[in-house]
Amino acid sequence: MSELKSGSNLEKVLAAGHFAFTGECGPPKGANVEHLVEKFQHLKGNVDCVNMTDNQTAVVRMSSMAGSALMVNEGLEPNFQMVCRDRNRLAMMSDILGAYALGVRNMLCLSGDHQTFGNHPEAKNVHCIDSMQLIAMVKKMRDEGKFLNDEDIDVPPKMFIGAACNPFADPYEFRPYRLANKIEAGADFIQTQCIFNMEKFRDFMSKVVDMGLHEKCYILAGVTPMKNAGMANFMKKFVPGMDIPDELIKRLKGVEKKDQAEEGIKFALEQVEEFKEMEGVAGVHMMAIEWEHKVPEIAERAGVLPRPVID
Amino acid sequence: MIVADRKPIEELLGMVEDCKKILVVGCKGCVTVCNVGGLKEVEVLAATMKIARKKAGNPLEIAEHVLERQCDREYVSQLGEEVNDYDAVLSMACGVGPQFLSEMYKEQSFFPAVNTTFFGGATQHGVWEERCAGCGTCGIHMFGGLCPIARCAKSLLHGPCGGSSNGICEVNKETECIWDSIVKKKMEAGQLEDLLGVKNFKSWKTARDGGPRRSIREELVQGNI
Ligand code: SF4
Ligand code: SF4
Repeated sequence: MSELKSGSNLEKVLAAGHFAFTGECGPPKGANVEHLVEKFQHLKGNVDCVNMTDNQTAVVRMSSMAGSALMVNEGLEPNFQMVCRDRNRLAMMSDILGAYALGVRNMLCLSGDHQTFGNHPEAKNVHCIDSMQLIAMVKKMRDEGKFLNDEDIDVPPKMFIGAACNPFADPYEFRPYRLANKIEAGADFIQTQCIFNMEKFRDFMSKVVDMGLHEKCYILAGVTPMKNAGMANFMKKFVPGMDIPDELIKRLKGVEKKDQAEEGIKFALEQVEEFKEMEGVAGVHMMAIEWEHKVPEIAERAGVLPRPVID
Repeated sequence: MIVADRKPIEELLGMVEDCKKILVVGCKGCVTVCNVGGLKEVEVLAATMKIARKKAGNPLEIAEHVLERQCDREYVSQLGEEVNDYDAVLSMACGVGPQFLSEMYKEQSFFPAVNTTFFGGATQHGVWEERCAGCGTCGIHMFGGLCPIARCAKSLLHGPCGGSSNGICEVNKETECIWDSIVKKKMEAGQLEDLLGVKNFKSWKTARDGGPRRSIREELVQGNI
């Protein structure tokens, strides 16, 4: 095994050649630590690390850094998300150092949904740098031990650097190149947007493999189990960059309402099975949105338990 | 040019609620071109306000004046001390106008009659669109001549983001994703490599973030030209 960049659990699992299984958890709309810690319990031991979202969909919540630190305290490994919407480069570098000091070893670099989607649409959007540059900045801080201005960092943050990729956004032909660019900038791993259109994703991955990108970076396929047909319809209509085939909605509608959740989980499990075999896919990022308590069952049925423990 | 929209009439009436006699000052610059603060608009606004106040049983006397430009002291000085004969003055110029007026006539209160929105141009009759955010370091040649600072909702230098769909920006269905156009243009021209690699971190020092800006043309200051 080549030398580890961060020594995070996720990095170790991936470097050892295991199929990774990561989870997600949104911090509370408040300071309700108890509820957050309860959500952690469903994830503990069932995933390799847990994404802590950063004011997702531009709705204000407890900070992702605080959420990540609480996770560390509870013995789980966070993947600290950071968006470019809410902080300038000063705040970003300082939060990266802060998160590292609090025990965070993975981070996910994102642009962030536009604030018009959220609950403070009047907010100023910062975008001092973009997600590509955020990746490059974290890499510089880690590998060169320097701030953006080239001043030395006293104990650099050794982060395992993650980035997002949405194969379903346009223009489609450009998406593999944008992914290549993120890898070039320094992304160690990628978590894709939720995948529902498997046909398109297969095509995307074949392009990615042709370009050899999967050999330079670990690609984790994003999966979100649908709770019902209503959720699928909503996401199709209102969540930007989502590609939800009518077929899937039809399939969910094809069963009784009370069985739709099970049908959604079945589809997700079929996806995981396919991803295990798909060339270039190194793991699955399971985004069970506000459905953390289902993760143990999903992980069990997906056959990804027990999670590897690597010293 | 600078583009603006007229403020709603209720807001303007509210500004001069306590006045009996006001002056409305238009400008023959950008706001004339974008049909918001020139001679015609001054006349329409004055007439509308007079009617509204008359209806309310509280008539308002309104004088009208249109300056060559309100962003030039030479023209602003033409108003003269008569501006003090009014209870208030409404400026129909962009945000620069009422400031130049306030700076010259310190005793008078000047109200902005328009909301200044952006630097742009007309894309069709009656429609203006933003093109530049005045960042102070123009780099549009790197993006096929299209500005992502002003025209991408996230000012991305490496777009398009994951919300781009069919050429439309995630922000709303009426907004084009400029990154879609940039990428397509570069792909068609076989210049995709221009978009790869990490672009230099933008310095916002030259933008408004660096504090109020100033342009000095030495040769003009010294009177050589
Ligand atoms: S790069 Fe800056 S100066 Fe050039 S068009 Fe865009 S905002 Fe204006
Ligand atoms: S959809 Fe396009 S224009 Fe809108 S924020 Fe994303 S990249 Fe920018």
